[in-house]
Amino acid sequence: MKNKVKLAVLVGLAASLAACSAPGAGNTPSQTDTAPGAVVTDAASMGDVTLTLWDSEVLSGQSAQFTELLEGFQAKYTNITIDRVAQGFTDMKVTLPMALSDENPPDVVQANNGRNDMGAFVAAGQLTDLQPYADAYGWIDRYPETVLKNSMYTADGKTFGEGNLYGLSQMGELVGIYYNKEKLAALGLETPATWDDFVSALAAAKAAGETPIMHGDSEGWPAGQLLGLLLGQTAPADQLITLGMGNPGSSWNKPDTLAGVTLLDDWIKAGYFNDGVNGLTDEAVATQFAEGTGVFYIAGSWQVNLLQGIAGDKLGFIAPPSSSAGTVGNTLGGASQPYAIPVKAQHKDAAALFIDYITSPEAMQVLVDTGNIPVYDAESLVTGDDLLAQASTAFGEVTTQGQLLPYLDWSTPTFGEDAMTPRLQDLFAQKISPQGVIDAFESNYADSAGA
Amino acid sequence: MRTAPVLNQHDESSRTAQRGARRSAQAAQGYGLATPYLLLLPAIVVYACFMLFPLGRAVQLSLYDWNGLTVGVWAGFDNYLRLATDGELRAAFGHALVLIVFYCVIPIVLGLIIAAILNRAKVKGLGFFRTIYFLPQVIALVVAATAWRSIWGLDGSLNAVLKAIGLGGLAQDWLGSYTLALPAVGVIGTWLEIGLVMVLLLAGMGRIPHELYEAARLDGAGAVREFFSVTLPSVRGEIAVAATLTIVAALKNFDLVYMTTHGGPGGTTSVPSYEVYNQAFMVKQVGLASAIGVTLTLLIFIINLIVNRVADKVTS
Repeated sequence: MKNKVKLAVLVGLAASLAACSAPGAGNTPSQTDTAPGAVVTDAASMGDVTLTLWDSEVLSGQSAQFTELLEGFQAKYTNITIDRVAQGFTDMKVTLPMALSDENPPDVVQANNGRNDMGAFVAAGQLTDLQPYADAYGWIDRYPETVLKNSMYTADGKTFGEGNLYGLSQMGELVGIYYNKEKLAALGLETPATWDDFVSALAAAKAAGETPIMHGDSEGWPAGQLLGLLLGQTAPADQLITLGMGNPGSSWNKPDTLAGVTLLDDWIKAGYFNDGVNGLTDEAVATQFAEGTGVFYIAGSWQVNLLQGIAGDKLGFIAPPSSSAGTVGNTLGGASQPYAIPVKAQHKDAAALFIDYITSPEAMQVLVDTGNIPVYDAESLVTGDDLLAQASTAFGEVTTQGQLLPYLDWSTPTFGEDAMTPRLQDLFAQKISPQGVIDAFESNYADSAGA
Repeated sequence: MRTAPVLNQHDESSRTAQRGARRSAQAAQGYGLATPYLLLLPAIVVYACFMLFPLGRAVQLSLYDWNGLTVGVWAGFDNYLRLATDGELRAAFGHALVLIVFYCVIPIVLGLIIAAILNRAKVKGLGFFRTIYFLPQVIALVVAATAWRSIWGLDGSLNAVLKAIGLGGLAQDWLGSYTLALPAVGVIGTWLEIGLVMVLLLAGMGRIPHELYEAARLDGAGAVREFFSVTLPSVRGEIAVAATLTIVAALKNFDLVYMTTHGGPGGTTSVPSYEVYNQAFMVKQVGLASAIGVTLTLLIFIINLIVNRVADKVTS
């Protein structure tokens, strides 16, 4: 009895201690926060400013370009001091929402694309519409449209891919096909020029006792990118953009999307992948591939540095070819995580000046010099024939000839964790049919997009 | 019948006398009735700020549909309902119960055996064995999990050993298997907890009076009989402590799953703590995450209440 009384007192105390207003009620930005001020682009008239910057450019190649640009900016604008807070991608994902809810957020933040991150921040009214700055600095002309769409939302956050501009990226990225030059030559094959060439190369590799494709999916997202590349071949771009951006008006349950999942299922059944896909990390298979296991590896261009470091010039990279020779297919890709300005930022003009600087044509040259793919002018800036140059060329080709497709997990806040990851792991374990995967995807998409 | 009231009266009067005496003693020492509570106050304030308030806040959040950014919407018990009906979330709690076997039951059984042997044999270099068995507790879990990843991996040391001794047929992708991934994570837990359990039990066994063993031996008891008649009953308290600690560790397991499997493949190793993290920070369903957290807290509380009740009864 006594214990029960004590427990009741404790619980009562705990409940009364907790604030009783709805969570997040204090976070709604007031009208004065969102009212656009006159845009100032002249640094001298901004006075002495300390700009707080949150970024996740911590990997080697990216860190080098960013440090160089930071130094250049500081030297050029002596009245602006940058206070940099750098943290890894996963840490940023956890801490950024809290920082944006703060009364005194950073001035420039690097926010991940997609409905789970940037889209959620837009819906919460936490990011500044950059359109006035885009007009003042001429950003719209700078960027390919297919890239810019990735950081555009309507003001309510409901529609993704159109509306206001909320962020700008520095680097381009795409999911493409890495191949082992020596193994391809040993099979008596050329670099695939059409999609059919690629498919028959897989069969030839299998027949010769090689592992056609190296893949590791223990983290769940790599299979989503693999499937995305296949869907790019079987389904039209506009349908995949609507689905990937989670906008209403489409459906997963269509023959051409089913065809993409079925193709993956066929390849699994045909034994085109290494053993133990569900237990291996992407990084582990990337290393094995670079060390000489497997003929192909389907992954993002961000793996260039890792692979080149191990394999030197033994590997090549192409965008997925289309059905006719000489043109590329559509594939997943876009730009690195965009830089945005919080609504409550203290120094928006200085923040915009900084974003302009790190995305300027001069900055693109710095990106190339430090081993990164520039988000625009990739084809003209990158010279040479190493893996980076091939990836840059592929990115340039897709942005000019084809379409960059959104990553599948941008679609809804829960798509990656609840649908894509577990169901594609099920598919690799052959515990689900292609239609089962489609049903799971459709149910997640329909719940969120209200289709 | 007649004497009882008198006795009671006497009892009552003596108690009043005692109380009076205590009060005057307090006065003599210069503190009033409130003083003990005032002394407790700083600790209670800290406890309230860092334990009770977050707990109450979690209960409150669990009643809202909230993404951590916009204003939350009152959801009543929807999150708990979802928890009860969502097969994958319920499965996560099931996995936690399976892990109790690996974290608590197996370590206690093995720990008892090892401790009894070390204690009875009066092994030379006892300190050395105690240290190496306890070592897993000291190593950062992230480091341990990374090491175990390379043991369980397809090209890992376990498969290499299996192939070397001609059991290559058993070699497989342990952490990628739908049936074996959870036991594989569990075995890491066993390795982790066995040293803790053993050290606790050794301390308990060290306190058993030697005469008890002598008496048992005079009665003709062998090693096994000695263990069940003397050792085991004497360390019940330690077993209860070990069970409490290891059960809490099993139910709270986050880092091992995060580092080894991310809850996969296909959600077969997801556990409640991992789901709390996943729902709150990855999927941004803070209300559902809080509901999972509150349910997990209650579950830990109830299971440990039962363990301690049982241990108390057996001891008394």
